[in-house]
Amino acid sequence: MQFQSQVLSNVEVSPGYFKMRMTAPPAVLESSAGQFVMVKVSRAIDPLLRRPFGIYDMGVYVTPYTDSGTQTFVEILYKVVGKGTGMLSDMHQGDALDILAPLGKSFDHGPEDEEKILVGGGVGLAPLYLLAKELVKSHRVRLFAGGRSKEDILCITEFERLGVETYVATDDGTLGDRGLVTQVMMKHLAAGNGPSRLFACGPFPMLRAVAGIAEEMQVPCQVSLEAYMACGMGACLGCVVKGVNHSAETPDYRCVCKDGPVFESTDLSWE
Amino acid sequence: MIKPSMSVEIAGIKMRNPVMTASGTFGYGQEFADYMELESIGAMITKGLSLKPKAGNNTPRIVETPGGMLNAIGLQNVGIDSFIATKLPFLRTVNTPVIVNLYGNSLEEYGELAARIDDLEEVAGVEVNISCPNVKQGGIVFGTDPAAASQVVELVRKSTSKPLIVKLSPNVTDVVAMARACVDAGAEALSLINTLTGMAIDINRRRPVLANITGGLSGPAIKPVALRMVWQVSRAVNVPLIGIGGIMNATDALEFILAGATAIQVGTASFLNPSAAEEIATGMESWLVENGVSDIGELIGALKC
Ligand SMILES: Cc1cc2nc3c(=O)[nH]c(=O)nc-3n(C[C@H](O)[C@H](O)[C@H](O)COP(=O)(O)OP(=O)(O)OC[C@H]3O[C@@H](n4cnc5c(N)ncnc54)[C@H](O)[C@@H]3O)c2cc1C
Ligand SMILES: Cc1cc2nc3c(=O)[nH]c(=O)nc-3n(C[C@H](O)[C@H](O)[C@H](O)COP(=O)(O)O)c2cc1C
Ligand code: FES
Repeated sequence: MQFQSQVLSNVEVSPGYFKMRMTAPPAVLESSAGQFVMVKVSRAIDPLLRRPFGIYDMGVYVTPYTDSGTQTFVEILYKVVGKGTGMLSDMHQGDALDILAPLGKSFDHGPEDEEKILVGGGVGLAPLYLLAKELVKSHRVRLFAGGRSKEDILCITEFERLGVETYVATDDGTLGDRGLVTQVMMKHLAAGNGPSRLFACGPFPMLRAVAGIAEEMQVPCQVSLEAYMACGMGACLGCVVKGVNHSAETPDYRCVCKDGPVFESTDLSWE
Repeated sequence: MIKPSMSVEIAGIKMRNPVMTASGTFGYGQEFADYMELESIGAMITKGLSLKPKAGNNTPRIVETPGGMLNAIGLQNVGIDSFIATKLPFLRTVNTPVIVNLYGNSLEEYGELAARIDDLEEVAGVEVNISCPNVKQGGIVFGTDPAAASQVVELVRKSTSKPLIVKLSPNVTDVVAMARACVDAGAEALSLINTLTGMAIDINRRRPVLANITGGLSGPAIKPVALRMVWQVSRAVNVPLIGIGGIMNATDALEFILAGATAIQVGTASFLNPSAAEEIATGMESWLVENGVSDIGELIGALKC
């Protein structure tokens, strides 16, 4: 659906990273973790296209300012990287946004008797928070969070508050272990803790590493990808990735916006 | 206030209003059904279809530029047969004319495609995209050479009795010469413009942003060029024109009508606002009401210079 929204809050949670809460119609609560929103940052023609962001959280709060006495909201967690996110970071309570949501496919939880292992790199933690919230109700959940430095490890206390066991690794060792989060995760898998399922979101090289480990260890794995997007609804074919059957003779392109952004790692070519 | 007449006719295709959706920017129609009323617009044009399914280019395929976007999708599409089997059944249920956009990599392909759709009742007409390379002739783009364009149009004309629209490329020095060549070869209407070839560079990587190096520029940035071309062509040929290029709202659309277009197409605007086409149709009608114009026909080519 398409809706007009107002900024409720926009907080810098770490240098260069913001969490924005926006009003939304109640139907937005039917979204699931992994789905995303497309935000029109400005009514002007520059930036022209909408910007995609994973849904970080959503909910309802009580307020005297609406007829129903409640207000539904969605939250995104974003990193300032360019013009669009720069403009977003300058927005204040009451500012207007135009939003399409929910878009794309969500994570598939899998059976309850497995340990659910979330792996997030930097702002890739965004969709994993909503996933953790869904999962903790009936699954064991563990999070591996990685980033360049301690500023890039976001919202860990929120995950802990959900009861998720968290491990952190940074490239420079300023928080948690020094090194790659994928290595810590691999050690955990190798220790053999029964059946498990991986859910990963972050930079492409990290996702490729996670997919490789998943294949080696025979663990089912879903990844959430990013791509340049124009429409977010399968119309422009700008956002495609190569599927596992891709070759020059038998092309197998999948839309990140519509067939994803969540894919089984074995469905992609990873070349 | 009486409702103004918004209906127009292009090459025998009767439309409830002049607003069409541009090829490649509206999927196969169904993608937009949740966001707008498909029966609120004049016609829908499909993604460019080829004889065989086409994979398209490597990524990145799109990048935003000031006031526009570059795309090098590479004409990825499901192919004509799959279109007929999987996409047309939905379009059949919508009471809005469907125009099929076709392209070939050789002269023969255009002919075969046109013959293929000739007996499809659900197809109201064809729009021929000539902005693609003739692979057999060293890759020269049909739409940049009047002789090559004529050949394509003549062959399509022979291969189908459907209303025939030819979509012009703006990447030429003399768009009027191209327009004349297409009309002489049998085009019953012209749509213009397709995207303008451009590029974007990432200085840090010292590389082009698009995997294909160059791409087609669309969006508000190209509107002035498109308007100029519609105006020039409208003074030179006697077939209806369909204006395309950076139309974001009703005002933009009306500019094209004044410049000489009988209808318009909404392209990139549908990406940022999936209900853009419907809103433009509504907006045009409101403008007519507010300005006491009883028939959109009064505005076609009514530019005072
Ligand atoms: C499904 C999906 C979910 C996403 N979720 C989040 C999220 O939860 N939080 C978050 O911070 N970011 C997320 N992103 C990435 C976010 O969309 C981009 O960072 C944003 O569009 C950049 O806009 P900009 O105008 O600031 O940057 P621009 O000025 O457009 O570009 C600046 C830099 O950002 C990169 N970039 C631009 N667009 C994208 C894009 N669509 N995907 C990846 N990189 C891009 C470019 O390579 C460029 O180097 C997501 C992307 C997708 C596709
Ligand atoms: C992503 C994308 C895909 C397109 N695909 C096609 C196509 O398959 N066939 C075609 O004739 N034109 C295609 N076009 C061109 C548009 O139909 C239109 O002519 C152009 O974008 C200019 O209009 P606009 O500025 O309103 O977008 C495409 C444009 C875009 C942006
Ligand atoms: S963003 Fe347009 S098809 Fe995915």
